[in-house]
Amino acid sequence: MVFAPHTPAEIETMLKTIGITSIETLFETIPVRANDECFAALPTGQPEMEVAAECRRLAGRNRGVHHYRSFLGAGAYEHFIPAAVDHILRRGEFFTAYTPYQAEASQGTLQAIYEYQSLICALTGLDVTNASLYDGASAAAEAVILAVRHTGRTRVALARGLHPAYRRVIETYTRHLNIQLVELPFAQGVTDSEALGQIGLEHDLAAIVVSQPNAFGCIEPAETVARLARDRGALGIAVVNPLSLGVLKPPGEWEADIAVGDGQPMGIPLSFGGPYVGFMSVRKSLARRLPGRLVGRTLDRKGRTGFVLTLQTREQHIRRERATSNICTNQALCALAVTVYLSLVGKEGLRKVALLNLDRAHYLYGRLQALDGISAAWEQPFFNEFVLRLPTSAETVVRQMKKRGFLAGWPLSRWSTDWDERLLLVCATETKSQRDCDDYVQALADVLKVKQTSCL
Amino acid sequence: MELIFEKSAAGRSGVTLPDPIVADANPSRWLPAEALRAQPARLPELTELDVVRHFTRLSQQNFSVDTHFYPLGSCTMKYNPRLCEDVARLDGFASLHPLEDADDTQEILAVMAALEDWLGAICGMDAFTLNPAAGAQGEFCGMSIIQAYHVHREGKSRPTVLVPESAHGTNPASAVLSGMTVETIRSLADGTTDLEDLERHLDNQVAGMMLTNPNTVGVFETRIVEIAEKVHSVGGQMYYDGANLNAIAGLARPGDMGFDVVHLNLHKTFSTPHGGGGPGSGPVGVKSHLEPFLPVPCLVRSADGRLFLTEDRPLSIGRLSAFQGNVGVAIRAYAYILLHGLKGLRRNSEMAVLNANYLRARLRDHFEIPFPQLCMHEFVISLNEIAKKTGVKAGDFAKRLLDYGFHAPTVYFPMIVAECMLIEPTETETRATLDAFAEALIGVKGEAETDPEKVKGAPGTMPVARLDEYRAATQLDVSYFG
Repeated sequence: MVFAPHTPAEIETMLKTIGITSIETLFETIPVRANDECFAALPTGQPEMEVAAECRRLAGRNRGVHHYRSFLGAGAYEHFIPAAVDHILRRGEFFTAYTPYQAEASQGTLQAIYEYQSLICALTGLDVTNASLYDGASAAAEAVILAVRHTGRTRVALARGLHPAYRRVIETYTRHLNIQLVELPFAQGVTDSEALGQIGLEHDLAAIVVSQPNAFGCIEPAETVARLARDRGALGIAVVNPLSLGVLKPPGEWEADIAVGDGQPMGIPLSFGGPYVGFMSVRKSLARRLPGRLVGRTLDRKGRTGFVLTLQTREQHIRRERATSNICTNQALCALAVTVYLSLVGKEGLRKVALLNLDRAHYLYGRLQALDGISAAWEQPFFNEFVLRLPTSAETVVRQMKKRGFLAGWPLSRWSTDWDERLLLVCATETKSQRDCDDYVQALADVLKVKQTSCL
Repeated sequence: MELIFEKSAAGRSGVTLPDPIVADANPSRWLPAEALRAQPARLPELTELDVVRHFTRLSQQNFSVDTHFYPLGSCTMKYNPRLCEDVARLDGFASLHPLEDADDTQEILAVMAALEDWLGAICGMDAFTLNPAAGAQGEFCGMSIIQAYHVHREGKSRPTVLVPESAHGTNPASAVLSGMTVETIRSLADGTTDLEDLERHLDNQVAGMMLTNPNTVGVFETRIVEIAEKVHSVGGQMYYDGANLNAIAGLARPGDMGFDVVHLNLHKTFSTPHGGGGPGSGPVGVKSHLEPFLPVPCLVRSADGRLFLTEDRPLSIGRLSAFQGNVGVAIRAYAYILLHGLKGLRRNSEMAVLNANYLRARLRDHFEIPFPQLCMHEFVISLNEIAKKTGVKAGDFAKRLLDYGFHAPTVYFPMIVAECMLIEPTETETRATLDAFAEALIGVKGEAETDPEKVKGAPGTMPVARLDEYRAATQLDVSYFG
């Protein structure tokens, strides 16, 4: 397929205008050319209908969360996405526009980002949200770097309940920057707030990173952790599931200084891991340290309200090696999905979606608890995920549940062999009906050959 | 236009949701009071129609490739086939959870493996990772790989990265994030790297050199092989910023020029429209000696041909994202390459370079063209003389072009040319569009000479004009909630 539009006659005319006789002349300055053999691995171009058929064939053989009934979460979540979200994303004026450097020709994108920033502020209870980052994990890493630069200190404490992949991304981002990562004490699925006082974080602490809910679904003593950070002159960094903020106390109210997370649960399909969208909200005093783009409302020369990219002197295209981050793009289209999603569900809707997550997860949890030999790994309040202790290997159970049509969850031992192989992280979002939950319980009872002793 | 919050009316909703299972479902039933939000988040309340109309109207305030010519240098704003959008949305791709077993995901893994192979062939690299989420993360990834390589070989890192003064701003910023300091190499009058200046900077402290080729003034670095040899002679590694691959895909390969690492911007060269600023994808390719340092997870094939993702790479630089990168963007690139094949890719590059040279030729009698040679896929014009004579600056030209229905080219970049415009027409535009754009630019020049105030006051046809950026930065208003 060739999208270039020129006819041979046009090409002749154009070459004449340039003052050359062949296209080949344009490439004469390249000293090392590649022949067809170099490109032997490339396919032959195919007509659109054949490519479409091939992609349909491939897609049809994968088995995703619509093929199974999925109770798998662990950092990416199946949620209801209203149809209107994708219809807006498919507006060519949005998805084929560039970064809004020319503000006059980009008011649509700019206002949408301003609205996104406002909506995320409403969720996090903090003052300033940037135009978005790649994903939740890189947003967490950027937050750590921000805190280190802001405080001039080099130690960062991570709660053990932080998603292990987020921890690894933070490690990658901080490896070359003379930052020491330490771990907070952990007990019963959450940060051990009683042991916090004794851990020798008196000196040089830049930030504490705590996840709410944490990677095991548990509600952390986040307020206590944030207070510890404050007492040490460090920043409190909250990693939050934004959807949970429909019911959970916003980080701004529990004294976090920075909130980051992944917007995927709010209108973005799973897509095998991306593209998602990272968000970052901060207190006003940290605004000038934000990484990435930021949209501001201002006036034009006739006094009309409009929107521009602002505080650009923080950014790489101006500040180069002294920029707050190397990030160039945001995830504008994914941020737009979040904006449309939150506008559709609205004030009551978000609360209700979050409540439905609590409802499904707790209903399922209650019924599973009633199965012989199954117990909760930890007795903690949770949002839409919880860890079960099974009587046998979680891997085996997951395999057998799949034969019954379920993605049963995430064995914690896949994150680290330090975890007991019987621990299984189970997630139930609003997408699961009572029937789905009941069938899951029945299937698990069958797999484990245990009886259901009672009903809720 | 009114903000979405200003259209809200209490009690409206744009969704219908099921009922709870549990009869008296309430957050306080399950969660301690101190963990709960006291008031609902202040989200707007609207119907579906309200929301659709609001965002449709917003979209109509944008320029976009679908509606306007967008000759934005260094950004490759070409038209992308609609099929690529459709295939990324196929349920068998879009509904895959990133942690699903390889058994359930062989075909998406096959798409990723094929794309890695194809990008390897296009770039002359031995191995690719699709993990980086965008070009800048690709740069960080590539520079971290180079640093890990030096540490592995020499027991310590190398502190310096060489970057030409014409480089993208991300290059120095990424180098710093990778723990290095940047030394700038001068350019010659023809826009290419000054080899003598390069020599002065070369020693065993140099981790590597970052280069875009064709470079950011649209000129091919003809002495690239020599540059690579010099950098290699002190043990440095050559990093290729793939922002400008659209000029040479299918014709020449960074790997053959002596580069050791490349990053690509899939959203520039291989489909995926820019989305108003993302998402992108920034795959990184390396020569075999750097493969052990690639980020995890790595896509590998077992003896029986099964594909799976592994983290078992002891020398890896680590993870860049929670999962395996922007797979949805990779699918679009897969479909794009399958549609085009080698011949199509090569033809696109040829046409991109033809269009740039044609437009350049249309403008050369009217504007100062600082670099004399034929250009690649983009070229620079300087408005410095006009600015001195009339007071109309490149930024004013940019604003006035909007009134003519054209998105402005990139202005004030590359930084080595005063009052410059960097113009990249791409391969998908017709000659008629290029002619119309050339005439518009020449027309604005005429206006600058006869009626400079008109140009300085532009645009006159947009919903707003000349927003007060100083006010935006000093009276910061970045949220409806203050």
